[in-house]
Amino acid sequence: MATKSLKVNGKRVSITIDDPEMPLLYALRDKLALKGPRFGCGLAQCGACTVHIDGKAVRSCVTPLSSIRAGQRIVTLEGLGTPQKPHPLQKAFIEEQAVQCGYCINGMIMESAAFLASNRNPTEAQIKQALANNLCRCGTHARIIRAVKRAANA
Amino acid sequence: MNIQSNPSRRSVLRGGGALVVSFSLDSYISEALAQGAAPPAKPLALTEVDSYLVIDAKGAVTLYSGKVDLGTGVETALAQMAAEELDLPFSRIKVVQGDTALTPEQGSTWGSLSIQIGGIQIRQASAAAKTALLEEAANRLNVKKEDLNVADGVITGGGKRVTYGQLIGGKHFSIKLDPKQPVPTKDPKDFKIVGKSVARVDIPRKVTGTFTYMQDFRVPGMLHARVVRPPAIGAVLEGVDESSLKDIRTARAVRQGNFLAVVAENEWAAVKGAQKLNATWSKWEGLPEQSQLYEHVRASKVAKDEVTANVGNSGEALAQGAKKLSATYDFAIHTHGSIGPSCAVAEFKDGKLTSWSASQATHNLRKQLAKMLSMPAEDIRCIYVEGSGCYGRNGHEDAAADAALMAKLTGKPVRVQWSRADEHGWDPKGPPTLIDLRAALDGSGGVTAWESEFFIPQQTPGGFFVPFIAASLTGMPSDDHIAPGNIFQNSNIPYKFPNVKAVCHRLETTPFRPSWIRTPGRMQNTYANECFMDELAAAVGADPVEFRLKYLDASDKRGIEVLERVAKLANWEKRPSPKSGQTGDVVTGRGVTYCKYELARTYVAVVAEVEVKRSTGEIRCTRFFISHDCGQIINPDGLKNQLEGNIIQTVSRTLIEELKFDRSRVTSLDWASYPILTFPQVPEIVMDLIDRPTMPPWGAGEPSAAVVPSAISNAVFDATGVRLRSVPFTPTKVKAATGAA
Repeated sequence: MATKSLKVNGKRVSITIDDPEMPLLYALRDKLALKGPRFGCGLAQCGACTVHIDGKAVRSCVTPLSSIRAGQRIVTLEGLGTPQKPHPLQKAFIEEQAVQCGYCINGMIMESAAFLASNRNPTEAQIKQALANNLCRCGTHARIIRAVKRAANA
Repeated sequence: MNIQSNPSRRSVLRGGGALVVSFSLDSYISEALAQGAAPPAKPLALTEVDSYLVIDAKGAVTLYSGKVDLGTGVETALAQMAAEELDLPFSRIKVVQGDTALTPEQGSTWGSLSIQIGGIQIRQASAAAKTALLEEAANRLNVKKEDLNVADGVITGGGKRVTYGQLIGGKHFSIKLDPKQPVPTKDPKDFKIVGKSVARVDIPRKVTGTFTYMQDFRVPGMLHARVVRPPAIGAVLEGVDESSLKDIRTARAVRQGNFLAVVAENEWAAVKGAQKLNATWSKWEGLPEQSQLYEHVRASKVAKDEVTANVGNSGEALAQGAKKLSATYDFAIHTHGSIGPSCAVAEFKDGKLTSWSASQATHNLRKQLAKMLSMPAEDIRCIYVEGSGCYGRNGHEDAAADAALMAKLTGKPVRVQWSRADEHGWDPKGPPTLIDLRAALDGSGGVTAWESEFFIPQQTPGGFFVPFIAASLTGMPSDDHIAPGNIFQNSNIPYKFPNVKAVCHRLETTPFRPSWIRTPGRMQNTYANECFMDELAAAVGADPVEFRLKYLDASDKRGIEVLERVAKLANWEKRPSPKSGQTGDVVTGRGVTYCKYELARTYVAVVAEVEVKRSTGEIRCTRFFISHDCGQIINPDGLKNQLEGNIIQTVSRTLIEELKFDRSRVTSLDWASYPILTFPQVPEIVMDLIDRPTMPPWGAGEPSAAVVPSAISNAVFDATGVRLRSVPFTPTKVKAATGAA
């Protein structure tokens, strides 16, 4: 058993781990009880597990803890905003009702937040391209695109 | 109203008319997500108002719904229906879903019936409750019932007031409901909540990481488990080398028969353990060759023939036809493909089992668990916790059985989380469908005969119980049903030809354990029928919309309206298909499809617009137009969300999806080998909702999916002159059909 220090949603936390190669996703969900990042495939194919590391959208299901350096800033969906004080993207997703089951939505919001940080006024084609590797099974795509547009224009 | 102190004394007190108030039902609410299989007794009968709703002392309502929200928004819609009838603010309603100890058995959440059946039951209970509250208020206030006003759960009249909470606060109504004698409900012209796009209650939590999905649910002291499925479907477990787990702290194997899993105190240890565990299995090669799938289907033994239409004498009319057409259509095996793999938690306490899962059918799950575990159903409580989107019977019930078995074997609560490969490989599949069609035309282009044959697996009698994987692997008791659902539906056609025969050859077996996936059978059957309608229209040089209108029952005005409206919406150009004069590499086309769901309810028509790149065979669906009539609309935005979802999901199924397998197992075990539609491929969708507030509300979760595959095929024919008859419409098939190099 070893100890690993992480900076998550602005707080420094310390967790005990058996395996430094454990993906970040399991640390966030099972050690820190966060529910934003979700297990979808474990293969970096669907995007449900997406978090930000130093502002970059990263698939936490294939990011071993050993690869995370001290001081790197990890932000999850919970770190973006709350139901009372939502992030502009979270607000836009509520306003557009851009959810069916919502299991993929963590990835949609986290990927979009990182994307909008570098492209404040994207075209629809650019939004579609930015989310091309995020899967949704319910067919919420059209609403998700509208929500990202709305947040970009907010 | 008759409110009693003790439910067991109800029969004694019924009809007494006095308010005897002491039994509190508040505890139900806090019990809903609590552990333990023995909550307080609560009425569950479909004929009791108390089964559906409890009003507490503060006037807040808890609604008990056997129908569950699978990500479709019905939690919100059902609460709207209750709030409307009760004259309460929407925010005053909380919903408890799918708990066998608390919610009435309203039937599984399937078949686009949550609003149509479940919602109507809740509306009836709410209306009966409100009538009783008004009567009681009239007594208490000594004011005539007609002189009372209700707003926000406060009844006023004669200068006096009383609240719902004061009248009933946590007590039984003890009012019977009789479906044969429905109670009067509110006039739709007075609706304030139904018919409005009330925002969904779950979305703020779902976008902020504060919603508890099944995959987030935990109980104290539980073990984490991953299953280790056989490398071939029918393989026998010959040996397990537990020493392969020795380096993983707390990990150990759990085995019974061919059921194998790894449990550990933390999830990652279970994941690693399942990857590392050395096990030896026998060989098994019982699946057909994938390349011979439809030959296999056609050669499968027929258990029975179901004739779903028989008008006139189609055989004779076919023989006499001036022109005859025939075609064979097939539709691939599909996986459910929920983004979150199945997950469940089970716990035994004092010999009683509590099972938490995202099952669409907790009451059926309970019966099946009782059978497998040879224990009384009364000792099992199944509780629904919403999971990743569910489009039919997927892996949730199997995960529930896995968890229950392991909880029994380990003596500890167990949470099982399937891997992506478990989900893609082992969820039950939408079975392969093969359809033969024949028709005859007379000398003037009129259709004189229509014959269809559907090769689809049987539904064994006795219930829709898809066998558990855990039961099959261990040999524990199971009903061993073949349960693809009511996939004969929409094999018959809505068109009035003089001679029609439709036969469903219900096959004894199908290669993979079948179940229902969104729009089961209705999608495949509508696809073949509506493509073949287009073939007939093209054969006589008719416009596809006009051709359909010509044969629709003239008295079925709503059907005609939906088709006419979609043509107008799409700015439909009247002409036969294919479109002439296209010479470039990219050609465009449009196709129409009409469906009356199960020939009995929701009407839907779509026009698809496509681009086909001839050099690559790629199809792009650029735009869909849809007209939809499901009667009274409860929540227009919720309905739009369903229509968009159905169209996009079915474009994916039609263009891309196909289960891959070898002789032993499923080989499409991830999103690379079983891809689905991505953002750049998503079509624009233009919707026309036909609201009929005075008509019954019908289902909307499935019908708009039924019309998508044929609309695409018909549009591709319009663009290229080539008919696609095999789903999915892959570039390889398109190129082969168009003869492109």
